[in-house]
Amino acid sequence: MNYMPSGHDFVVENPEAKTFFVNREVFVSPDVLEREKRAVFDRCWVYVGHGSELKNPGDFKTRPVAGRPVIFCRDREGTVRALINCCRHRGALVCREREGNARQFYCMYHGWTYHPDGRLKSVPGEDAYGAPLNRDEMGLVPVPRLESYRDFYFANFDRDAVDLQSYLGNVKDYIDLVIDQSPSGKMQIISGTQEYDIRANWKLLVENSVDDYHLISTHSTWLNYMRNSGVNVTPPKGELLPTRGFGKDLGNGHLTTDNPNYRGRPVAKWISVYGEDAKADIDAMRNELVQRLGAARAARVADTNRNLAIFPNLVINDGSSVTVRHFYPVAPDRMHVTAWALGPVEETEAQRARRLHAFLTFYGPGGFATPDDVAALEAAQLGFAAWREVPWSDLSRGMGKAGDQQLATDEGHLRVFWRKWSEMMGTQR
Amino acid sequence: MNEMVAATVSRAEVEDLFYLEADLLDSWRLDDWLQLLTDDAAYYVPPNDKPDADARYTLFTIADDIVRLRERVIRLKDPNCHAEFPLSRTRRMIGNVRIAGVDGEVISAAANFIVHRFRHNDLDRVFVGHYRYKLRRVGGRLKIAERRAILDAQQLGLLGSVSFIL
Repeated sequence: MNYMPSGHDFVVENPEAKTFFVNREVFVSPDVLEREKRAVFDRCWVYVGHGSELKNPGDFKTRPVAGRPVIFCRDREGTVRALINCCRHRGALVCREREGNARQFYCMYHGWTYHPDGRLKSVPGEDAYGAPLNRDEMGLVPVPRLESYRDFYFANFDRDAVDLQSYLGNVKDYIDLVIDQSPSGKMQIISGTQEYDIRANWKLLVENSVDDYHLISTHSTWLNYMRNSGVNVTPPKGELLPTRGFGKDLGNGHLTTDNPNYRGRPVAKWISVYGEDAKADIDAMRNELVQRLGAARAARVADTNRNLAIFPNLVINDGSSVTVRHFYPVAPDRMHVTAWALGPVEETEAQRARRLHAFLTFYGPGGFATPDDVAALEAAQLGFAAWREVPWSDLSRGMGKAGDQQLATDEGHLRVFWRKWSEMMGTQR
Repeated sequence: MNEMVAATVSRAEVEDLFYLEADLLDSWRLDDWLQLLTDDAAYYVPPNDKPDADARYTLFTIADDIVRLRERVIRLKDPNCHAEFPLSRTRRMIGNVRIAGVDGEVISAAANFIVHRFRHNDLDRVFVGHYRYKLRRVGGRLKIAERRAILDAQQLGLLGSVSFIL
């Protein structure tokens, strides 16, 4: 039997040969991208934002959601909304600022205004219409579905989609684990947004976000920094990573890594990078966790890391810091990434500074690791120009092992994404 | 104020420092560049949406104390720093240099920049913005205690990573 597959499917899985391949056409084809927009992004729950970004009534953020211009806002009654940023009259954006607080949204083209809850407020020269305009019917159009889980808001452009809680399923346990860092159970998006493009297909970032196999080769300079700072990052004999972690299938295309921590956690695992002065503070946070959650759950929160990929395009990394990162394709070979830091609302100034310092050591466009991930993804995309001659990406690591034996350095959890993607897209090329 | 500034530092001296720095960075002489910094220097690139923010409360693109900045140089010199291997070619245009004020021994200065970055297999990426510096004399020599590179772009977008010293 040949190792390499043949045929016309995007994804070829062969349990007998223990192989799993993805055809690289999926990373370069404009047709595939158009199909993805309709078959995947318009049918899944896609991330909009976090409730903490909208502190007061009238607060708003404008941002694209699944390619549409959206106003994410809190109305006068305190209800969070996601309104399509498009005037009912002739289609212009009714809000052209990035963020702010609005008493109304005003279309600068002909002067129509809307309340922060979307209702039509006023129309200049309304007597020219045959009848008065219906204020409710002619308001800003909300996204078809908007639901939240623990202040994470998601939209769905498919009215018939399952509810968000059913969609998230086992993901909820991992979100709960992230939020358990906060004594009050409240996390907030920290001010400051990292927004950058990667000249690579968006699906490569799903893979990269959870793929621990690349750590040693792609991130050796980060490991050197950690070593120079007194952290033990040497893998035990026979291991690829400093600790042995697992890749997990959470159902519905969602997946996560689940790793013993070695790189420190702001809540609450001290490493030398934090400095001796931080020790007592971290100990106190650890005690608070144990008091509130019990020893076992406290250890789960403070001694394990997870890179959580929520299908199709939201990643929450909960390790040396917490990142909330989502991305959307601009073109087959280009994606736009938006990333924030998430932290407990009650963090002190010192704790917050420690969290942000740890974030920047690894993550983001100026970090010691993310730029090398970007370089890897862009190198792969350049290689895909030869997709006809070298058509298959190999994701076979760990095939043939039981589900609960899949290591984070295997590719079992990456296959979870591809199976769901394939199911939604249809298999034939 | 102006008399005090004039007694402390001249614009020509500040310009010389900035032009030397630009040359060292464009030449990737990063160890020599570190010699221009004080032992407690800091380097900031604020996030594009919050250019005036404080790194203690806000997620920056880069917020290095001197310890991490020296580690950044170690990383940049390593061929396994894949984002900068092969090294970018950069060319900095520094202009509109002015001294903003003097407070005790700290001299505040500012300049505009245009940095072109060229890589193999890549676009010309143009970083436009301004620097805010805090300078201090160490043994009579003017040194950089803080440098803040503030980008005008509303988001990094196609500028991508800030993997070199901006």
